[in-house]
Amino acid sequence: MANWTEQKAHIAEAELTLIKGGTGKSLLMLHDELGFPGWMKWNDALAAEHAFVIPLQPGFGKTPRLGWVRSFRDLAGLYSMAVREMGLDPVDVIAFSAGGFIAAEMIAADPKIFDHLILVGPMGLKPEKGEIWDIFPVTIRTHLRATVAAPGTAEFGSIYGGEMTPEQFEAFEDARAESARIGWEPYMHNPSLPYLLRGVKNVPALLIRGSEDRIVPAGCIAAYTKAIDGARAVEIANVGHRPEIENSAEFVRIVQDFLAS
Amino acid sequence: MQISYFTERPYRGLDEDEILKNKAYFAVPNALFDREQAANDYNYYLDEYCYAEEVGFDALMLNEHHGNPFCMGSVMNVEAAILARITSKAKIVLIGNPLPVLKHPLRMAEELAEIDLISRGRLVTGWVRGAGSEQFFNNANPAYNRELFNEAHDFIVQAWTKPGPWRYEGKHFHYRHVNPWALPYQKPHPQMWIPGVLSPETVRWCAEHRYPYLGLGTALGPTCDLWDCYADEAAKHGYQAGPENFGYLIPTFLAETEEKAQEIGKNFVFGGGQNAFSRPEHTLPPGYNSKGAIRMLAKHPGGSWLGVSPEKLRAQSDDGRPDTTDFDTVRQKLLKGYGKAQKNLQLLIGSPESVLSKAKTLLRVLRPSIFVFFNIQGPVGDEDRKTSMRLIAQELTPRLREYAKEIDLVDPFERTPGSVAYRNGVTRAPVVDRAPLAALGMAG
Repeated sequence: MANWTEQKAHIAEAELTLIKGGTGKSLLMLHDELGFPGWMKWNDALAAEHAFVIPLQPGFGKTPRLGWVRSFRDLAGLYSMAVREMGLDPVDVIAFSAGGFIAAEMIAADPKIFDHLILVGPMGLKPEKGEIWDIFPVTIRTHLRATVAAPGTAEFGSIYGGEMTPEQFEAFEDARAESARIGWEPYMHNPSLPYLLRGVKNVPALLIRGSEDRIVPAGCIAAYTKAIDGARAVEIANVGHRPEIENSAEFVRIVQDFLAS
Repeated sequence: MQISYFTERPYRGLDEDEILKNKAYFAVPNALFDREQAANDYNYYLDEYCYAEEVGFDALMLNEHHGNPFCMGSVMNVEAAILARITSKAKIVLIGNPLPVLKHPLRMAEELAEIDLISRGRLVTGWVRGAGSEQFFNNANPAYNRELFNEAHDFIVQAWTKPGPWRYEGKHFHYRHVNPWALPYQKPHPQMWIPGVLSPETVRWCAEHRYPYLGLGTALGPTCDLWDCYADEAAKHGYQAGPENFGYLIPTFLAETEEKAQEIGKNFVFGGGQNAFSRPEHTLPPGYNSKGAIRMLAKHPGGSWLGVSPEKLRAQSDDGRPDTTDFDTVRQKLLKGYGKAQKNLQLLIGSPESVLSKAKTLLRVLRPSIFVFFNIQGPVGDEDRKTSMRLIAQELTPRLREYAKEIDLVDPFERTPGSVAYRNGVTRAPVVDRAPLAALGMAG
């Protein structure tokens, strides 16, 4: 298990909590709409050659909520400031689900901010076909179950298994509330984003999706590959919205190959 | 004492199994809607409110819910406007307009002013945040619910009282030209009464604004706690709360005989009753509840808090639909709840004689000056509904009015809420009388 630490950074009146771990070139990780699930096997596997920088989203518990952040674009602006102030740019990024939406907004506003862009089951664009699953009119329990193809996945059980503690319940509700605050309408996408993404040129971009993903349809991936020049899509078979834990070996291999390119 | 009449105006043509199958009223498919049934129900309920005025109720109360056969009042102001014209003396009380989900406070200010004008000053307007399900139905961001509520309320009061035209740039609402021509008949504006189901945030907000708070059939002990919370907050704002600050709504069904009342009264749990208003995932949209309320739910996800029990939270299947079709077992369970609610004084069922002492106990303990009778739910016929209303108004109410006078339950039209000064350093006067709770097994 790699060493990782929790640190604070002061950005635009915000006290941003960051998780840092690993060595090598910086890799910005943007967690999904349920919050940072903890340091996982795939983090460990990549940490030998990559130094993770993981901001914990404002309003999700450890970083206080910022009243002025009212959209994913606002949040992307904050994170872009953080990247610049920490001197990380251009940085590699790996972003999950709603975190993918943030990363897409960041690169749309500043096409030079990322060296490599990896979006895993990203929200943010209206799918060409299908709908982004509505995470709000369901209980957290139903939502969690929907994120994986096989709830028996060992690492899924180790994070979310057993009875939910009051602290977990509260943390999930914080995450759901903040996601609603900035992503309620239009639901988890920005209609202007596909047009702005067309300004992104010559940035290696990889889209990863589990073949059984119930949260983000293949239509989102199609919309991204159409919007981002040269973006490549990879599907991992028999996994859901969490390929990084359902088939971490395959996931890590794909990511390592891409980042080495 | 204001004796009020209230009904949810239930849609009376729905098979109970459809509600049980859906595990709630909200989200029952509207393919089951029948226009003739609805047209009959809407017209009947308007006539019924006229009847309520005729038999002696002081106030006619309306509420609003969306996409829900539990309550036909999906646009309450339409009904209120009709009542403003076809009734002549009763107050028309709205409990209340769900400001965050309607999203247009200037339009609301105009609609309500019109109703107040048509009724020549009989409107009492109340505000609510809208049920959880209504945030989904109206696509209102639940995480901003409280902010939207506060801002819309403050704006409406200004729209009624600040001479226009003026411009408004708020956080959630923006208006270039605020100058409503139609202003309320009552000056500076109609009274506002705020209903609630045990939210301390709402109670504190009411106390701060000196608005009467109406408990909606909430359990007696926690309601006492909440009244105390109101009175403490009132003292901080420099006034002594009294009966004029409190109202209480009680589901009630009376019939000529005890047996008949008990049989028909079961319709209060038709389809699961109020606890089946919506499923947990619709009751608790993200960000809708305060951090404090979420913390409380996380630790004690049980009891009657918004009807969400730990069993209900756990029982949700992937599509939110039921895992059982054994509706008879469900009905048996509901009937147990029916008996328990009567024992806890959260339901009054019987003859005028048999419910009198229970109603008096409610008045004694909670000391509300606004007492609201909530008529039966389910597919109960017109005549049985009206019989209950007549018995309440003509046989029960006169005795309650006498008792209210005896224990000095002064209402908001007799004494302005918030007008009794509180002097710092003096112990505030009690607002509830908990003495009878011990005998009812509700002390502590």
